[in-house]
Amino acid sequence: MTSVSLAQPEIIQPSRITLFLRYLRRNKGLTIGLFILLLLVVFTVYGLATADLKHAYPISVKSKQPPSWEFPLGTDFFGRDLYVAMVVGLKETAIIGLLAGALGTLIGVVLGFISAYFGGFLDTAIKGICQILTPIPALLMQVIIAGSLDKRDVTIYTMAFVVVLLAWMGPTLVIRAQVLTMKERQFVSVAKLSGMGDLGIIFSEILPNLLPFIAAAFVNQVFYSVFASFYLAVLGLGPLREPLLGNTIWAAQGQSAFFNNWWWWPLAPAVALVLILGSLALINMGMDELANPRVRKTE
Amino acid sequence: MIKLITRRLLFLVMVIWAASTIVFFIPRISTKNPVRERFAELARAGGFAPADMEKIIASYSTKFGLDKPLWQQYTDYMASIARFDLGVSYNKYPKTVIGLIMDSLPWTIVLLLVTTVLSFVIGNLLGAVAAWPRAPQWVRTIATPFILLQGVPPVLMGVLLLFFIAFKLKMAPLGGAYSTGVIPNWSSPAFVWDVVWHQILPGLALLLGTVGGWTLSMRGMGITIQGEDYVNFAEHKGLGPYTIFRDYYLRNALLPQATGLALALGSVVSSAIVIESQFGLPGLGRVLDAAIRSNDFMVIYGVVLFVTIAVATLMVVMEFVYPLLDPRIRNE
Repeated sequence: MTSVSLAQPEIIQPSRITLFLRYLRRNKGLTIGLFILLLLVVFTVYGLATADLKHAYPISVKSKQPPSWEFPLGTDFFGRDLYVAMVVGLKETAIIGLLAGALGTLIGVVLGFISAYFGGFLDTAIKGICQILTPIPALLMQVIIAGSLDKRDVTIYTMAFVVVLLAWMGPTLVIRAQVLTMKERQFVSVAKLSGMGDLGIIFSEILPNLLPFIAAAFVNQVFYSVFASFYLAVLGLGPLREPLLGNTIWAAQGQSAFFNNWWWWPLAPAVALVLILGSLALINMGMDELANPRVRKTE
Repeated sequence: MIKLITRRLLFLVMVIWAASTIVFFIPRISTKNPVRERFAELARAGGFAPADMEKIIASYSTKFGLDKPLWQQYTDYMASIARFDLGVSYNKYPKTVIGLIMDSLPWTIVLLLVTTVLSFVIGNLLGAVAAWPRAPQWVRTIATPFILLQGVPPVLMGVLLLFFIAFKLKMAPLGGAYSTGVIPNWSSPAFVWDVVWHQILPGLALLLGTVGGWTLSMRGMGITIQGEDYVNFAEHKGLGPYTIFRDYYLRNALLPQATGLALALGSVVSSAIVIESQFGLPGLGRVLDAAIRSNDFMVIYGVVLFVTIAVATLMVVMEFVYPLLDPRIRNE
């Protein structure tokens, strides 16, 4: 008897990065979305590093110039270089989106947890308030809030705040529903029986399992915040001095840009916003596919 | 059934109450006095002496009840809302807010009704077909770009259509309700056609901006439903693919979409308002836009409150339509 030594096939466990890249190859929506977002970030960072940011404000360059080598996106009626205005506008849109998105998600997670985990009167109250506020068109309500502010006080931070005021109900209800199902799972019962406290269960048992839902709620919230702040700005309720994308469209509309043949003026911010919102929508769909295998089936 | 109706009506009252309370308190938290703001604007344009201004502001404050205690202002305000009295416009003084709204409302309703119905039907059909494995490949290929459209809100669609179709191709007017220089005359077919012609582009913007959302959610619903046992059962019974598609698949997938329609109303109306101001149509959007540009607060509050109440009411009404679509609820 001679022992035969079988050659052990070497198992190569691909690194996490390779696995992630392989997944991206299958999930096209997520890949394209992330790619567009990356391009926008590169454009903004490059612009912030190289351009003279003063040119994003009125009377800094020659006005009403069509796109040329000197001004790649043209200049507007008030003498702003639209390329620099896009760079600054994208940066400010990102600040509003991320700030309002993070705040809205945070409020949603906290209220959703309180409501679902502790139940009782608090749950009834939080759920009731959410349900009553949901049918109220938040986009129009924020017109009143922003319209009541003194125009000189409006900054991109107050805009983010105004947007959040009526945008926390969605994430609250989503997180609440998830915590409710999670609360009944066995691993939570086991944790409870082994004497873990409420905070311990919330932070070390439920929260980690909720992360995909929180991430999805966050992307959703950023999408909504970018859109809602754009909505305010396009109605002329934004910080009028800042070259926010919506402000630029509002200003172009006020000067009848299309009638006057200044077509490049409203076009640049519109395309920029389509790219931002489109990439966020694609990422959102891609994340859905990641979290919900049933959707994955048809691919 | 009676119990359900009372519950829904109570809910409606709560929503209207919450909306009016927000509209009442937010302007009062801010330091802006609408009357003062209006006169400050006139004073900047030149004309009023400051001493007179204070006197006029004081008399206006008495007239609009701004000198009464807050609780009394609140009850007065709620009573006036119950009477559909939304105040008067500062900018077009003798005109009431409700009058301004009523003048512009038909334009908005027609635009909204046509585009919403078209968008709901087209979007749902496309979504259902996109998720249906036996649909011809070319139909499924058509549906995909529509899903991508949901990243483009109607407001941006308006700018893009204005540029490509009206500006570059000159295939549609750049804005306005009818051609400049035309005298409105609803009995002449040429004028009616002119109006319709001016509505096509804004309608298209609203349609293309909303259809992607329906396609996407319907596709999601469709994928869930085709795994259900009753669909498999219908297949094994030997029913034709069209019957399965219409009676087993579409019918069930449509139910949640009808709820979605109620929920989407608020954002569709909000988009329509900006599109109207973009295209210079004489609807609610232009009233709101003009009011914002001229600090006409009563009109801003009035329009927003009116739309809010209308949307909330429609949502509750649609919940009553829901049992007609779903026999399971009807029989309870």
